[in-house]
Amino acid sequence: MSTATAVLTGAGRRLGTGAPVYALLVVLLAALAITEPGFYEPDSFLAFIKRAAPLVILAAGQYLVIVSGGFDLSVGAVVTAGVVAAAEFYGSFPDAPWVLVTAGLLAAGAVVGLVNGLITTRLRVPSFITTLGMMLILEGAVFYWTGGSPQGTLPEAFRAFGRGTAGGWLPWAVLACLAVGAAAWWLMRSDFGRTLIATGDSERAAALAGVRVPRVRTLAFLGSGVAAALAAVLVAGFSGVSAQAGRGLEFEAITAVVLGGVILGGGRGSVVAAMAGAFSLQALFTLLNLQGVSGALESTVQGFIVIAAVGLGAADYGRLRRRRTPEESA
Amino acid sequence: MTAIRTEAAPKPARRFTRRRRLRFNDPVVGVWLAAAAVTLLGWIVVAIDGGNLLSRTGVTGILQNSVALGLVAVGQSAVILTGSLDLSVAYLISIGTLVAAETMQDGSVFTAVLAVLGLSAAVGLANGLIVTGLKVNAFIATLGMAFILRGWIEDNYTGPAGKVPDSFQRLGYDRIGPVPVSVFLLAGVAVALWLITKRTRLGHHMYATGGDEHAARLSGVRTKRTVVAAHVLCSLCVGAAALFLAARLGAGAPWAGTEARYDLESIAAVVLGGTALAGGRGGVAGTLGGVLVLSVLDSVFNQLSVDPFFKNVVRGVVIIAAVAIYARPRRTTPRRQPA
Repeated sequence: MSTATAVLTGAGRRLGTGAPVYALLVVLLAALAITEPGFYEPDSFLAFIKRAAPLVILAAGQYLVIVSGGFDLSVGAVVTAGVVAAAEFYGSFPDAPWVLVTAGLLAAGAVVGLVNGLITTRLRVPSFITTLGMMLILEGAVFYWTGGSPQGTLPEAFRAFGRGTAGGWLPWAVLACLAVGAAAWWLMRSDFGRTLIATGDSERAAALAGVRVPRVRTLAFLGSGVAAALAAVLVAGFSGVSAQAGRGLEFEAITAVVLGGVILGGGRGSVVAAMAGAFSLQALFTLLNLQGVSGALESTVQGFIVIAAVGLGAADYGRLRRRRTPEESA
Repeated sequence: MTAIRTEAAPKPARRFTRRRRLRFNDPVVGVWLAAAAVTLLGWIVVAIDGGNLLSRTGVTGILQNSVALGLVAVGQSAVILTGSLDLSVAYLISIGTLVAAETMQDGSVFTAVLAVLGLSAAVGLANGLIVTGLKVNAFIATLGMAFILRGWIEDNYTGPAGKVPDSFQRLGYDRIGPVPVSVFLLAGVAVALWLITKRTRLGHHMYATGGDEHAARLSGVRTKRTVVAAHVLCSLCVGAAALFLAARLGAGAPWAGTEARYDLESIAAVVLGGTALAGGRGGVAGTLGGVLVLSVLDSVFNQLSVDPFFKNVVRGVVIIAAVAIYARPRRTTPRRQPA
């Protein structure tokens, strides 16, 4: 536990692993300002945050799982399944109130996360395999159910959450993003967050110190499932029904979290940095679009930058650690 | 496990083996038993439906299905053993088929094979150097490589390209009795990798690095070099899979690797085969069992003409269930010894 608590002590140290991502984000935002002078107009900046919101929320959920030592590859499928299920549901019950449907989706996401967590912790299946299987199951089920081409439309009331604004100027998505950010920040400062990081750092040490490891890890998966369902509601509102709604989002979310300096394997990294990683990734996509990098080459550039950014982060982190060790032992 | 000397007293050794087999604790035994069970169950289900899973064409189909996934998964076992991971395999396959078909169209088969293997080795080398040199986590490094390759494909190709001559297509279609010749390609590659991992110094270093990189380095293993070598080996296997798929398709296709999701499927096969995702445990023999489980399942679904989407649902359930039953990490094994 002593190593675990050592990692926990001081938000400053945890910020240390995420430091490179803040630098990256500043650089990207500055580059955006130069490329597109109107970028910091309130409207377009809010629109940027709105576009980033689903990824940021997914990154917050993914962070919970990664920091506790796992992976969640099922979030992309949860988003697709959520969007398609909502459309199918509205096909049968056009007058369903949007609050009910949203709540239903969040509950379904929680169930998926719960199942992921229970399989991983109780049956001891590696989370990579559990969530990979869950991804196949969800995608297969959705397309089997809809015969391969999801149809139906979503009513305006439901889509308002993803595309509408509160008070005429503040998009609901930005509010959701802020709320999730605050909740995640609070959660990671609470006892639960501390035990979560301790679990990821050393499951055995945490268990010996009295942490109920299976429960903590299951709750992390549950959080990721709920976050994915919330992202599904936003994506559904933002871009409508599509069989491709969530494709690749799981990898984007994991990339964002790793960009934020969170170590795959668990035990280190901050949730705010993970969300900053998601913003950086979205800023990168926007920048590539504005620079007119052709759609096809976009992923090549993205690949190079992700590798370079994580490589830089890894290097910085090593130096920080070495520099700090003498002070602490002194 | 490898530390047990062969000169050890035979009696305890035999007892040890028996106990392990009874408790399905050896993943290799477990996965091959599972493959047998899946085959038997599948045969029964298909028989009830009025077909025959193990007819001549059925067996050929199962073996044919196993080859591409088998080649990729065998390579994937090498990197996973070493404690790494390769998510770029799917796009590398796609590029491999395109390069193979385009080179064969203008030049000789020999240059095409060399070009594909050369390209694969270069990609593997790059993966390995990014993981070891830049210290980027393998998950992100190879995912980034996948993005890079995807951009290259999407920028240059919109559909099938090139043409594979009939002489080379024989690799994909000829068979000896019920056994397709491509199975010999898989067998050759698998035996080579098995020998490398179990019988050479590089192989022992791979297990050591995957088991505990720090300890391996302190014992004098050049861990970086080992990881790079594992990535190159993996990519060469992927190159072989690309050549086989090019022979099978008769042309290069941008979706050859991605549509079948060889990246995630191969990892699933490796884990089904009892190789620990964290590295250091497992091997090629188990992986082949895992591949067989997946391809027998595929054949059963095809014979029953199951909806392809429903197929994915069952496949997901089977992967989770199989790993839960026999490939899970051994916990508290020593404690139960008296029983």
